[in-house]
Amino acid sequence: MAHDTTEKIRSHAEHEFLKKKRSAEMRHQLTSFAIMIFLTLIAFTMVAAGFSTYLIVPIILLLAAVQVVLQLYHFMHLSNKGHGTVAFFMFSGMFVAFITILALVTIVWW
Amino acid sequence: MDLNKRYTAQSWPDHPETATLEGKNKFVGFWLLLAAETVTFASLFATYLALKDRGPEGSEFTAAGLFELPLVFAMTMILLTSSLTSVYAMHHMKNHNFKAMQAWLGITVLLGLTFLGLEIYEFNHYVHLGFGYTTSAFSSAFFTLVGTHGAHVLFGLSWFIALMIRNSKRGLNMYNAPKFYLAALYWHFIDVVWVFIFTVVYLMGVIG
Amino acid sequence: MSSLAQKKGFGAVIWDYLTTVDHKKIAILYLISGGFFFLVGGLEAMMIRIQLMKAGNDFLSAGLYNEIITMHGTTMIFLAAMPLLLAFMNAVMPLQIGARDVAFPFLNSLGFWLFFFGGIFLNLSWFMGGAPDAGWTNYASLALASEGHGIDFYSLGLTISGFGTLIAGINFLVTIINMRAPGMTYMRMPLFTWTTFVASALILLAFPPLTIGLFFMVFDRLFGANFFVVEMGGNTIIWEHLFWIFGHPEVYILVLPAFGIFSEIFAIFSRKRLFGYTALVFATILIGFYGFMVWAHHMFTVGLGPTANAVFALATMIIAVPTGIKIFSWLLTIWGGSISFTVPMVYAVAFIPSFVAGGVTGVMQAMAPLDYQLHDSYFIVAHFHYVIVGGVVLAILAGTHLYWPKMFGTMLSEKLGMITFWFFFIGFHLTFFIQHFLGLLGMPRRVYTFGADQGWDLFNMISSVGALFMAIGVLVMLVNVVLTTVKNVRVGNDPWGDGRTLEWAIPSPPPFYNFAQTPLVRGLDTYWIEKMEGNKEGMVYAEPLGDVHMPNGSIIPLIMSFGMFVAAFGALYFLDDSKPWALAVLIIGLGITFGSMLVRSLKDDLGFHITKEELIEDAKRGGNTDGLK
Repeated sequence: MAHDTTEKIRSHAEHEFLKKKRSAEMRHQLTSFAIMIFLTLIAFTMVAAGFSTYLIVPIILLLAAVQVVLQLYHFMHLSNKGHGTVAFFMFSGMFVAFITILALVTIVWW
Repeated sequence: MDLNKRYTAQSWPDHPETATLEGKNKFVGFWLLLAAETVTFASLFATYLALKDRGPEGSEFTAAGLFELPLVFAMTMILLTSSLTSVYAMHHMKNHNFKAMQAWLGITVLLGLTFLGLEIYEFNHYVHLGFGYTTSAFSSAFFTLVGTHGAHVLFGLSWFIALMIRNSKRGLNMYNAPKFYLAALYWHFIDVVWVFIFTVVYLMGVIG
Repeated sequence: MSSLAQKKGFGAVIWDYLTTVDHKKIAILYLISGGFFFLVGGLEAMMIRIQLMKAGNDFLSAGLYNEIITMHGTTMIFLAAMPLLLAFMNAVMPLQIGARDVAFPFLNSLGFWLFFFGGIFLNLSWFMGGAPDAGWTNYASLALASEGHGIDFYSLGLTISGFGTLIAGINFLVTIINMRAPGMTYMRMPLFTWTTFVASALILLAFPPLTIGLFFMVFDRLFGANFFVVEMGGNTIIWEHLFWIFGHPEVYILVLPAFGIFSEIFAIFSRKRLFGYTALVFATILIGFYGFMVWAHHMFTVGLGPTANAVFALATMIIAVPTGIKIFSWLLTIWGGSISFTVPMVYAVAFIPSFVAGGVTGVMQAMAPLDYQLHDSYFIVAHFHYVIVGGVVLAILAGTHLYWPKMFGTMLSEKLGMITFWFFFIGFHLTFFIQHFLGLLGMPRRVYTFGADQGWDLFNMISSVGALFMAIGVLVMLVNVVLTTVKNVRVGNDPWGDGRTLEWAIPSPPPFYNFAQTPLVRGLDTYWIEKMEGNKEGMVYAEPLGDVHMPNGSIIPLIMSFGMFVAAFGALYFLDDSKPWALAVLIIGLGITFGSMLVRSLKDDLGFHITKEELIEDAKRGGNTDGLK
């Protein structure tokens, strides 16, 4: 833990560029947020409108999955550089989560 | 690492959360914890789904009869928005703008507290209807799943508040930047779990 | 502050161990407490075998027998085998990858103390109204009906120690991911490090379901919840699933590090590079992956239905393939090697047939129809003891001999080691081989006695004699430890003469900063490469000598764990009408834990630096200062 960061001072131009890049990124995040809100609205509206259960369940589960992907990849930056290993473990966790849920919803009451 | 070292927006590293080995370790370790939390919540969800609507002979409580969407919708919107405000906070953390970061974190905390208040109101409402923790297998599974999420919200809020107070005088440095970043990650994860709770517990509960 | 202070008194040594965050000292703590619980579990095993020595024996009552088998299983798995393996992981893995410490030294200490207090809590049940008595699997239908507080000691104690294990797992993963020395790519990592990595990943993903299951058990029994209460709509099968979703990976959490230890031994004492290193690595990963998809083979007779049974039977048989790859790789490592039969090597050679026997009976039970015959009989007992004792315990004994010099700087006696080995090995087969036949003859497990007319007398007698042999072996080992410690003959860097990996390139025991300069790794078996090229120092360096940053010790982990220990008593007596103070105790305990957590996060802990001059000074003294402050 001896290795502190080597200090690097950015030039003014570099700094401005980075700032712009970050602002663009932030706009991107806002778009993701708008999509999330939109997806949530669809899910609630579908249930409130009272469509057939067989139609609603797969669709709202899919919407939830899309929302989670947005959270993980945009808000939590899972797609960024240096996230490979942790993404692998996260997916392993999701795999175990999936088979756990699968087992308990399918075979418990047989 | 030198705590008194002052950074400017120009000398602040690109990714302050992983700029030191300590930060890197915390970052990886925290993601691994989130993987474990995924399995934890999966076990709770699985149990909830297995026990949904199950109760003693003649039990009147079912998900379809119990849950009401307007409150859940409000809670969902509040928590989703708080996820966005914590993104804003991290945006300012990366720009080394401490004041703006604190402000956004403050908004996040307020939204989180509102969410928690609504959840307590909701639980209280159910208990008054006679649907307590020990009423049925369904009630135990419901309160444990949603309550565990609520406990995570509470922990996340305490974490944010402790960080904000502790660092209010000294600003951002290499030592606390990873801490802010991880607290924000935790907050997003709480939101991820909630997305599944409102979908699987409430929406799928209401349609029966 | 001088970090390289000299001799200290006894109290200072104790204080040093209570506050240490040094992975090598935490390893010693794990070794001592794991060893202690191993003896406790062994004592319980001896009582079981005395009870079953002859038909109709009344040495133990039926109730006490149930408590003893439960505590034997629980203690051996959670409090003996796992911590002993964690001891070797802590002692060796950071050295093998050329790191100065683990990623989270503070959490490392916290993990140990949580395990320790959890174990103590569990064992206090003996003195506080009776031990758990529903078997180590603690099936809910039995556990909910159990009177007294035994089961609550089980669920609370394992919850606490489970947190500790989870923390240890995360810590090792991050250490391996982030802290490998330059040049130490994943495919150059020693196999023990690889198995530590995969076992830690299994800990990470398998312990949460157990924790949740235990929570349900606690809430059902102590707070009036209904997860497993059938009249209230609950379902006891949920416990079984959650337990085995954890329980099967747990088997691999135990056996993979054992494979790692044996892989090191085969390479060292055959003086050969491991045959099929890549295949061994991928087999390890595959075993870890499949380990999560087979848990229901413990539940064939529950009535899951033919589809589920068939799927899990097939998945179970597939696991034999990567395991087979490993066995053949080890055999081919020995083949053509220049073998020296030291104590660790003898254990390793004995391990292969023993473990294969356990694997073969495992595949037999994977066939669901046959399992209906074998289930709940002594055949099962024989099988899992062949896997756990024949695999894990032999590895622990071998690892103790192999790594003792690295941990303590002295060599265990080879002669006494051989005596231990023969007593233990013969005793092991005597005890458990015959139990296969007892099972086939219909003797049920977990029943406290049997009748004289059932024809099981002789085999049970033989089995009990075998257990006595194992006990003698363990006692000789204790004598060996004491004699070695008293004689205190110090050894050098590479006491076995054929060390291949980085831990043998530094003093025994290593200085508290491990490496004065971070090594540069140039290939698999890096120390061997340097030796072969005539490098006297055994390492090439990746950095010039400079200041080294080290973490501060802390007493907080102990206090934090103690808080959980206190809180557990509060939860335990929560529903007892006669103990109104229970809630207060629960709150105080949690207050201690969260309070110390808050103190930890508010106080800056930046560690300290060892200066270059101090490092040079220390190197002159032999470079093995243990860093007492």
